[in-house]
Amino acid sequence: MKPLLATLAVTTALTAPGLASARPVTLTTNLNNYGGPGAYLALYVTDSGGNYVGSLWMAGGRSRYYRHLSDWYRFTGGNTAEVNGITGASVGSGRSLTVSLDLSDALFDAGYSLHIDAAVENYRESPSEIVVPLTTAGAGTPVRGRRYIAAFDYSF
Amino acid sequence: MTRALHRWPGLLAALLLMTLALSGAALSIFPAAYRVAAPQAASGLTVATLAQRIEAVYPTVGQIRRAPSGEITAYWFDNGVPGAAVIDPTTGQGVANSDPNQIERWLTEFHRSLFLGDNGRIVMAVGAGAMLILAVSGIFLVARRTGGWRRWFSRVRGPMSGRLHVEFARIAVAGLMLSSVTALWMTASTFSLLPDEAMPPNFPSQVSGETGFAMADVPTLASTPVSALRNLTYPYPDDATDVVTIETDTGTGYIDQGTGEMLAWADLSGWARVSETIYMLHTGQGAALLGVILGLMALCVPLMAVTGTIVWLVGRRGRPRIRGNVAAGRAETVVLVGSEGGTTWGFAATLHAELTKTGQAVRVEPMSSFNPARYSHAKRLIVMAATYGDGDAPASAKSFLDRLEQAQPAPGLPLSVLGFGDRSFAHYCAFAEQVQTRAEALGWHQLTDFDTVDRQSPQDFARWGRALGQAMGLDLELTHQPVVPASQDITLVSRRDYGAEVQSPTAILRFALPRRSLWQRLTGRGLGRFAAGDILGVVPEGSTLPRFYSLASGRRDGFVEIAVKKHPGGLCSGQLMALEPGDTVHAFVRRNPGFRPDRSKAPLILIGAGTGIGPLAGFVRGNTRGRPVHLFFGMRHPDSDFLYGEDLTGWKQDGHLTRMVTAVSRSQAPSYVQDALRTEATDVARLIRQGARIMVCGGRGMAEGVSEALADILAPAGLTPASLKAQGRYVEDVY
Repeated sequence: MKPLLATLAVTTALTAPGLASARPVTLTTNLNNYGGPGAYLALYVTDSGGNYVGSLWMAGGRSRYYRHLSDWYRFTGGNTAEVNGITGASVGSGRSLTVSLDLSDALFDAGYSLHIDAAVENYRESPSEIVVPLTTAGAGTPVRGRRYIAAFDYSF
Repeated sequence: MTRALHRWPGLLAALLLMTLALSGAALSIFPAAYRVAAPQAASGLTVATLAQRIEAVYPTVGQIRRAPSGEITAYWFDNGVPGAAVIDPTTGQGVANSDPNQIERWLTEFHRSLFLGDNGRIVMAVGAGAMLILAVSGIFLVARRTGGWRRWFSRVRGPMSGRLHVEFARIAVAGLMLSSVTALWMTASTFSLLPDEAMPPNFPSQVSGETGFAMADVPTLASTPVSALRNLTYPYPDDATDVVTIETDTGTGYIDQGTGEMLAWADLSGWARVSETIYMLHTGQGAALLGVILGLMALCVPLMAVTGTIVWLVGRRGRPRIRGNVAAGRAETVVLVGSEGGTTWGFAATLHAELTKTGQAVRVEPMSSFNPARYSHAKRLIVMAATYGDGDAPASAKSFLDRLEQAQPAPGLPLSVLGFGDRSFAHYCAFAEQVQTRAEALGWHQLTDFDTVDRQSPQDFARWGRALGQAMGLDLELTHQPVVPASQDITLVSRRDYGAEVQSPTAILRFALPRRSLWQRLTGRGLGRFAAGDILGVVPEGSTLPRFYSLASGRRDGFVEIAVKKHPGGLCSGQLMALEPGDTVHAFVRRNPGFRPDRSKAPLILIGAGTGIGPLAGFVRGNTRGRPVHLFFGMRHPDSDFLYGEDLTGWKQDGHLTRMVTAVSRSQAPSYVQDALRTEATDVARLIRQGARIMVCGGRGMAEGVSEALADILAPAGLTPASLKAQGRYVEDVY
């Protein structure tokens, strides 16, 4: 998960002291049993102004379908360099995705939000299905998505 | 080579192709079903109007999609709860559930990847590749089998499995090629091997920041017909920076939600369009009728897999195993076999066994494998070549002559050519002769004189064997037991006896047609299809060697009929003449395609004597189309051995027979059938000028007499029996 940290550090211009105080965070996404093929999920962070900061994870290996993760695509222009090294398989209906990574303390309680875009072949696109502020207090509190995501939470 | 290219991918991929074809055929129903079920938009309906109608019913609509089937789906968001429905475009009302069909989804996943992800996709792509190879090689094989591209659709003969295989292929091959090529394209596209990704335009850097422009008033939407729509996405509520996204069949654009202006547009790239067309052709989505047609064609695949496997199994069974076949590089004697049916392989196996007994290292291989460079230790080459159809090379020898032209004749590598054929054909052993002539012209040394084996004669083969032995300095006695086709019991139902008074006991024997199981029909076992003029092989009790009789009936007649004359001391004719209704004999059918009336309307001159009337009577019986038929029939005495006498009178009345001329040998003025021809010379010559076809059946002496008589009759017209034979207008079945 080192590359992710580095990516975030660069894109957010977070300073070294901030980086020094990073902590392991586990992101858990449980999908509904929507019955379709595997879902593509993009996990990324925006700042308080709604600007894209960086990507945390991409579930789904085929970049040709990334444009259906429409918010993420709009922010990044579909640039696969944004998810290099942090890309995994798509997530099946009713399955869950767990990602553990080291996140800078500076991301918490500072107006940053975590987004999840979801897309399923032949189903409706669901950009920013999850938008959850990153706060220390909010850790461990499950959030419901609107379509494909039954619950998402982050915990330290 | 083409055959191997067809056989191995076919056998290996048979199961995979069946799963692909069946799931594909099942999937092909869905686009048609959607096309029928989906409420279609009236032509001229614009996206703007459609959006307006839907907004009236679902104020929180967020997305409108149109599937290639014309089905329109709207998605909305009510108090945080997403909803969706199939929309009737005339009212904007939801009319059906929009959830994707689970069966279709399951079939799609199975069809494209067997639920095995990318590995499964690759497996299925290999299947599509095999399908393409099979289709292309199959097209060439059919051309070869029918004798050329112009005759690609002509009738094929042989066992049912082979015929069905070709017939299914003719129906399906175009569709299967289309499906497999498009499948390969789609796989390449999925694995990003093609630059066909649809690229949306860059998101506009600046928007008006206003909201609330009515969709109904957006110029682009007002000028876009619903039939061109793919997708219309509304901006997020309360997000002034967002835009309206429209996707049509020409590209993607962003529209300002405050002004209704088009902010950015990107056309579909040429590659993307091609990929979309290919997708439509493969799935039938947007081309439902084509999809159903392709699906039906795909249903031929399992049938072809089954018939193809049977063809292979039967062909393998027909070829004997050669025990101890030496590698080409170590063989002293190389035997090259060109045989369509496999009988010649039996002779080659006998030769191989006998030569091996004398300590020779012998290699037997198909003529198509001929490659002198591999025969490093060979001291002699033996070519055993059958002839296929009308003087053609058998399939396993097609490329031989080309290879022979390129090969360098070696002085230490003499060649012996033995032809296998049937003298009743006009082009007896024509291919073997061709090989002999070319080899001589190219300077190949001769090991033995060119020789031929007529109708699998063991005597002919033994004679050639002695000559070969002499040339090799061996005492070679080749005893070949011809392979007897699987025979079956047939039961006599009636007999009509003739000729006892003229010391020529003769009978017309009629047997019941045994029923054939489907398996027998597919594998060409059982009596098979036959027509008058084909041969019935009868295996007498106490012998393994069959005797052959010309058939006087076809399968269509519903019985098996032959005319038999008792030969003094004859084993088989004796047994047949002793049969009573209810008794059975072992028999099989051998086809005799050279001795059939062609399908033209030209007059037919049938000439026969004695039991030779059998097939001729069969032709007359089958002449229901009123073709002019002139019969010359020689007998001993009309009161005793006038075979089919009453039938012929009846057939004449029914118009099956134009004219009958009889010649009677036991009378005050003895006359033979050739004499009758001479008497009718003027008529015969006239008929032949009109394009008549002559068919002769009977003893060899009679046939020679007939040939001489015809030579005299034809001479004034500048024709000869030989020239007619070369045109296929003069055929004999002689015994």
